[in-house]
Amino acid sequence: MAYKPPKQSLGGQIFDVLTLLVLTVGALYIPLYLGLAGAAKTPAPIENPTWEALGQNANEQAQWAALGYTDPAAVNDMITARFDYSFSWSALIIMAVLVIGYFILVVRLSDKEYRDVIEERFGPKEE
Amino acid sequence: MSNTNANAGQPARLQLLRVLGPAHIWALGVGIVLVGEYMGWNFSVGKGGMIAGLVACWVAGLLYTCVAMIDSEVTSTVAAAGGQYAQAKHIVGPLMAFNVGLFLVMAYTMLEAGNAITIGFLLDTVAGLQGHSGLNQQPFIVLAIMFLAWLNYRGVLATLTFNLVITAIAFLAIITLFLVVQMGGSAVPLDFSAVTTDPMPYGWVGIIAALHFGLWFYLGIEGTCQAAEEVRSPARSLPYGTMAGIMTLLIAATMTWYVCSGLIPWEYLGQAGTPLFDAARVTGNSSLMVLLFVGTMFSTLASANGCINDASRAWFSMGRDRYLPIWFGAVHPVYRTPYRSIVFLVPIALIFALGAPLDQVVTFSILSGLLGYTFMTFNMVMFRNKWPLGSIKRGYVHPFHPLPTIVLLLLCGTAYFAVFLGYGTQLIAMTGFYIVASLWFHFRRYRYVRRGDQFTMPWPRPEGY
Repeated sequence: MAYKPPKQSLGGQIFDVLTLLVLTVGALYIPLYLGLAGAAKTPAPIENPTWEALGQNANEQAQWAALGYTDPAAVNDMITARFDYSFSWSALIIMAVLVIGYFILVVRLSDKEYRDVIEERFGPKEE
Repeated sequence: MSNTNANAGQPARLQLLRVLGPAHIWALGVGIVLVGEYMGWNFSVGKGGMIAGLVACWVAGLLYTCVAMIDSEVTSTVAAAGGQYAQAKHIVGPLMAFNVGLFLVMAYTMLEAGNAITIGFLLDTVAGLQGHSGLNQQPFIVLAIMFLAWLNYRGVLATLTFNLVITAIAFLAIITLFLVVQMGGSAVPLDFSAVTTDPMPYGWVGIIAALHFGLWFYLGIEGTCQAAEEVRSPARSLPYGTMAGIMTLLIAATMTWYVCSGLIPWEYLGQAGTPLFDAARVTGNSSLMVLLFVGTMFSTLASANGCINDASRAWFSMGRDRYLPIWFGAVHPVYRTPYRSIVFLVPIALIFALGAPLDQVVTFSILSGLLGYTFMTFNMVMFRNKWPLGSIKRGYVHPFHPLPTIVLLLLCGTAYFAVFLGYGTQLIAMTGFYIVASLWFHFRRYRYVRRGDQFTMPWPRPEGY
């Protein structure tokens, strides 16, 4: 016999939508808002910067000028900023476990639901 | 065409209109993605240097060629609104479909937010060039999102015809810039000396890290199949439009890298908000500046427009299937659009467009896309296993299976590592979000889903079930 889902009240529908909204904003936006997430690019400015000391040739100096930068001190931070790609293996393993575990969880639970769908659509499996 | 579903025993239901051809599919795919050439891709140069940016461009191109091959086969067979969402529902199961639906909504809504940020930034830059620095960007961000949501609300044909025109102009702007610069029309010469003097500022790890934003060159091309229910001939139009789109983007991406890397110092390029417009500024040619300003505006508008179209269809499909409250599954009685879904997603886009930096919004979009591409790998294997070739009619059969699947999985794994380098916190936050959402769906929401209705294709029973 076909599964008959319960009818969801208007209040229940609103509750479900709010749950997803809170989840989206809470998990994704608030970490950004609080500055907990972001790229770790750190400038290493040099003292008394000149275009030559910053490694910029004549063409590149002309390019900087066309972009509105004629003073090398103004781009000292931009030119010397670098990401720090050092990482801990444990953090990498945690990330890998999280991503792989997520897919395993979803596929396993989906398969359980999928069997309900197929049985209702095609009838019980013939042995 | 018939506008109602006349299934016996069921009430008539309003359907989406089948009005789109291959050119609209090309415009939908390229329109969403072409903005990747106008902004965002250049962060890959920031993560790894000039060479890394080019390698990322081509490796990501290979990844998306695999995506397009796989997607064309499955979508031309599962031709239903929601694209990959409908595929997951028929091939893997409801929870996977719910997740894929969220991947699509998040990827497109974040991309829409990124587009709006770029519009505000560009207008601020141009105002500054005119001597009016300090422009308040927020009204323009809000206006762009609201206008495009209204356009989507009014109808899909007008929306995608609008996209077709402005996408073509934005594409021609890139080609014009390339040709003018090649013919010596720039006041400042192309300079690739950084390729030899500082080829890999981060070493090989930078090459891998750059793949993160290299995906941005093409992210969203898979959106072509969102319109499957509104295409006149899905089996022909979807593969044709998608493949033509990926070829267009490969050409545009390579030209973009060449012009921008030659005209802009890589340290600036790696953090620029509007790199192609900046390249036009460096040429000193005011006509090019106007053209690339128009190109950037049009590409961001076309992309945001396509994103609203795709995100709302995914949300609509989930509402129609009761994965979300059924209220979202309504079609407008006059315009035949998923109007409630369109309106609901507007504030989410606004929250991120008004309150988050561009690279973070781009990263969230990329991560949702990446999770979706990972899904495509095992989805393809399950599709061939459950319905082997010959057991059902396929609109298109992609060659060399399972090679594209294996290559795609390897590249996805590399891309996760690339995101982890520098943006690991976002990766963990995003995965955590999907885990909690999955548990919520399985243990609470699934009780409202009609089981048998989740399988609507006229296929035989899947093998092994």
